[in-house]
Amino acid sequence: MIWQNWSAFIAMGGYALYVWGAVLVFFATLALELFSVNLSRKNLLRELQLEQLAHDTEDGETV
Amino acid sequence: MNTLSLDQFSSTAQASNWFALASPPVFYRVAGKCIPWLFALAAVLTVIGLALGFLIAPTDQQQGDAYRIIFIHVPAAWLSMLIYLALSFWSAVSLIFNTRLAALLARALAPTGAIFTFLALWTGAFWGRPTWGAWWVWDARLTSELILLFLYLGLIALQAAIDDSRRADRAGAVLALVGVVNIPIIYFSVKWWNTLHQGASVSLTAAPKMASIMLSGMLVMTLALWAYAIAIALWRVRLLILDRERHSVWVQAATRAIS
Repeated sequence: MIWQNWSAFIAMGGYALYVWGAVLVFFATLALELFSVNLSRKNLLRELQLEQLAHDTEDGETV
Repeated sequence: MNTLSLDQFSSTAQASNWFALASPPVFYRVAGKCIPWLFALAAVLTVIGLALGFLIAPTDQQQGDAYRIIFIHVPAAWLSMLIYLALSFWSAVSLIFNTRLAALLARALAPTGAIFTFLALWTGAFWGRPTWGAWWVWDARLTSELILLFLYLGLIALQAAIDDSRRADRAGAVLALVGVVNIPIIYFSVKWWNTLHQGASVSLTAAPKMASIMLSGMLVMTLALWAYAIAIALWRVRLLILDRERHSVWVQAATRAIS
């Protein structure tokens, strides 16, 4: 640990805006990517289940 | 003679195992098992890499603490190029062997490639401002990396615009292979042209002890991002497989099992 205290860590030797501006956007973007893939997973599963349901009821009517 | 035939047997057995992975249901299952481990590995390596870079590595004498952006910037920039090479490789495989899974792998890599290209440019801007005094310059390295972003976005847009999914795969694969010429241009741009962007980062500092801590932080972050990129691409591939194979018996059985 090279920092004397937390505020020195946050200050980043006067480069806080640049260092944290890069780091926060970096991890926020990856979090957004994870969120969006998970959302498309949920949507796809719902779509497939509805399709399945429609298919099954159709079968029931024809029999 | 005996050993030779045994070797031949084991090598053909192994080859058939590898080819079995090209079958969508097998790949779907194997990928599903790998994804949680890869995400866990990515998380652990990220914690170690950030600790090395932000808590242990000393302040740079010339650039102060602004240099710490290197620990995310360089791994992201490497990955943006590496993902494009992987995408081109799978595009070539899908064109040559006409395999469906290869085209899906290429498709699944494109959004993550675009994201890391954007992040390389973004973190580069936040590093350029304090060190060069400018968020952006039309330098060979920066411009060729921006072209890479447009290649990724163009690829995604092209595939989204074509309704027939097999035709979209082929068109995307051709575009990806044409664009691969940009990768050596990005990589060698700092040698071929007089650029503001510094040369290879691995020899950045003179003090050997400092360089080794910096280097290890950077390499650990690189491995972390690789694990993340593979995990999320596999996750996306699984969704693409379900989408494409929705009328197959195994997907319908899997869907029934969930509901």
